[in-house]
Amino acid sequence: MKLREKCAIVVGASSGIGEGLARRLGRAGFRVALIARREDELRAAADAINSAAGEVRAFVFPHDVRNIDEIPGLFERAFETLGGLTHIYYATGVMPKVEPQEYNFDKDRLMVEVNLLGCIAWLNCAADLFNRLKSGVIVGVGSIAGDRGRKGQPVYNTSKGAQAIYLEALRNRLAVHENVRVVTIKPGYVESSMTAGQGNLLWMISADEAARRIILAGEKSRGTVYVPRRWRVVSWVLRAMPSFIFKKLEV
Amino acid sequence: MPHVPAEIVEDAHAPSTLTVDAPALRLSPGHLARVEGWGMAVDCVAHAFQPEDVEGIQRVFDLARRTGRKVCLRGGGNSYGDAAILQNGIILDLTRMDRVLSWDGETGVIDMEPGVTIQKMWRAIIADGWWPPVVSGTMFTTMGGCAAMNIHGKNNYKVGTFGEHIIDFDFLTPDGTVRTVTRESDSELFHAAISGAGLLGVFTRVRMQMKRVYSGLLSVEAFDVPDLHSMIAEAEDRVEKADYIVGWVDGTADGRRLGRGIIHSARYLQKGEDVRPADSLNIGAQLLPDKLFGVVPKALLHHIMGPFINNLGVRLINSAKFHSSKLQPHSVIHYQSHGAFAFLLDYVPGWKLAYRPVGLIQYQPFIPKERAVEVFEELLRMSHRAGLPPYLGVFKKHRPDPFLLSHAVDGYSLALDYRVRRGNRERLWELTARMDEVVLAAGGRFYFAKDATLNADRARRYLGNECMNKLHRLKAQYDPEGLLVTDLSRRLALATDSQS
Repeated sequence: MKLREKCAIVVGASSGIGEGLARRLGRAGFRVALIARREDELRAAADAINSAAGEVRAFVFPHDVRNIDEIPGLFERAFETLGGLTHIYYATGVMPKVEPQEYNFDKDRLMVEVNLLGCIAWLNCAADLFNRLKSGVIVGVGSIAGDRGRKGQPVYNTSKGAQAIYLEALRNRLAVHENVRVVTIKPGYVESSMTAGQGNLLWMISADEAARRIILAGEKSRGTVYVPRRWRVVSWVLRAMPSFIFKKLEV
Repeated sequence: MPHVPAEIVEDAHAPSTLTVDAPALRLSPGHLARVEGWGMAVDCVAHAFQPEDVEGIQRVFDLARRTGRKVCLRGGGNSYGDAAILQNGIILDLTRMDRVLSWDGETGVIDMEPGVTIQKMWRAIIADGWWPPVVSGTMFTTMGGCAAMNIHGKNNYKVGTFGEHIIDFDFLTPDGTVRTVTRESDSELFHAAISGAGLLGVFTRVRMQMKRVYSGLLSVEAFDVPDLHSMIAEAEDRVEKADYIVGWVDGTADGRRLGRGIIHSARYLQKGEDVRPADSLNIGAQLLPDKLFGVVPKALLHHIMGPFINNLGVRLINSAKFHSSKLQPHSVIHYQSHGAFAFLLDYVPGWKLAYRPVGLIQYQPFIPKERAVEVFEELLRMSHRAGLPPYLGVFKKHRPDPFLLSHAVDGYSLALDYRVRRGNRERLWELTARMDEVVLAAGGRFYFAKDATLNADRARRYLGNECMNKLHRLKAQYDPEGLLVTDLSRRLALATDSQS
């Protein structure tokens, strides 16, 4: 068995950015392992990829990232099914609605488990493999929301901020290998179930457009990429802003 | 009762944690790795296993049989080329079998598992007044690898190769049989397993005779020579009294300066010559300094070296090195520890990383003494004409040895390091192919611990039909399934397995 080129795992592939990533990767000739909780949506996404390709390229692995213990075994199964692994995209995230003075630990735990712990569990497996193979691309989809602690979403911000630090550390660890890249994606507002019902948000792009930009960034970048890029400027301003001003803003 | 330092002799029968009711091995992604030759210019993706005992090795062979894979033996991974890698195969890495089984400070006999490194070996024996009779330029090679490649040191002309100091060994063939082999019990297998490039079986235990020393220091003499004629003449002048001779050759110098270099010769101190031998016969006195000028951590040096590893930069450095040696008066003797003299390649840790993003190959031809100067000069000129000067050249003197895949001749070798870049691989391989013809025409030989560029036809011409036929006969006898394969053995059709 020779390892195949162009094999990807997409975690969170049943909808939104993840579904867009899987579809675009399939179209680009990748064999893709689709990972998500909702099996029906997952199968529909895989069927669409396979019928467009005229061959079986997409493989379905129903999985809830909160079941941390099954991740190493599932990672191996996905690897073996694909026949190799060159890319992994972690594109799963949840942001339940949180009231201004709501302190609901169940919601908080859910966000930490899905946005952060699942990411660490999946990407640890990939980092270990890519370290041994000395090649591979890890893409973590985070958020501009991780750049500051805001009054509206304390734990969502925490999970995305911690995820960004984790990805930076992975990138530094794996920097010894020229052919291993770890890319942090920070999207702004993307049309998805997460933003549904919030009206027309600033610089909103479709999930498919976000996926296109993320794949491009995964091929070229070695650092943090804002999607679209202009969010970098906003982020810079927000991060530079002193706390006594920031806490007065409704952002 | 001989002195046996308890801390270095480990219990051979200590239960291994891995083998107690261990499940059958499988080719899981957790064992996959990209494995490189030491020079980083060739690599493979393979499943790697690190057994801790003989049973563990047998389980790897069992796995190979079940899955139709081939097995490549690997020790410290210091072979420059593809001698210890195998694309899509199973890498059987023996570095965890690294116990010193017994050491007798009276007789100087040491018994070791195959993964014991030269570093571990010298550390075990130095305090009792012994030193390994043959060492490589790095101390990170293992017993199994040194035996399989039958390595030599800077004293090859005087004491022969590594294998000549082996008393006996245990040899595991792929069918699972372990036999103890001595020169007397099975001369043919003894002389083929040693030098056999890991193609006949696995060394699971190696017993060796160490050399008595009366000081931890060597008396060293170093001076510059203008060309290869003088290098050889000076080397020959020192054959009687020097125990080690090595020459540095400035590979970037051409024209009138072609072949200029520096000779280092060293001799052991006689009994009584060092009045306080205990001061240097200890581990601390043999360690290499970890800072340059006591200031710069050497682990960082390769970053500084990187920008100099090109034709111009190396030329500058080599010139500086050559001329600074001219400032030293000739015939000044200085004293250097065994470790500092022997392990030049360990002096700057990670120096090979300065050759990134790809790496380097080493081309080491062994030429009979009558033709050596002429051939070495021609090889250097060919390199310069191709715009591919070697960045490091190391000259040594050799003598023939009785082993099957012998690289040695009654003559000299010149080891040349060439940088491999993304854009020069084809040109470099084409250059070495032409150099091979010059070497073969002069009756020269090659060395599988270094080689990355020979092909099957040229390997056959170097080894000769008789040797190749004997190797294939032994292969059919000891490894009839053809389980032991390396990328090198495939490239050179050394094992009969050449189809897969």
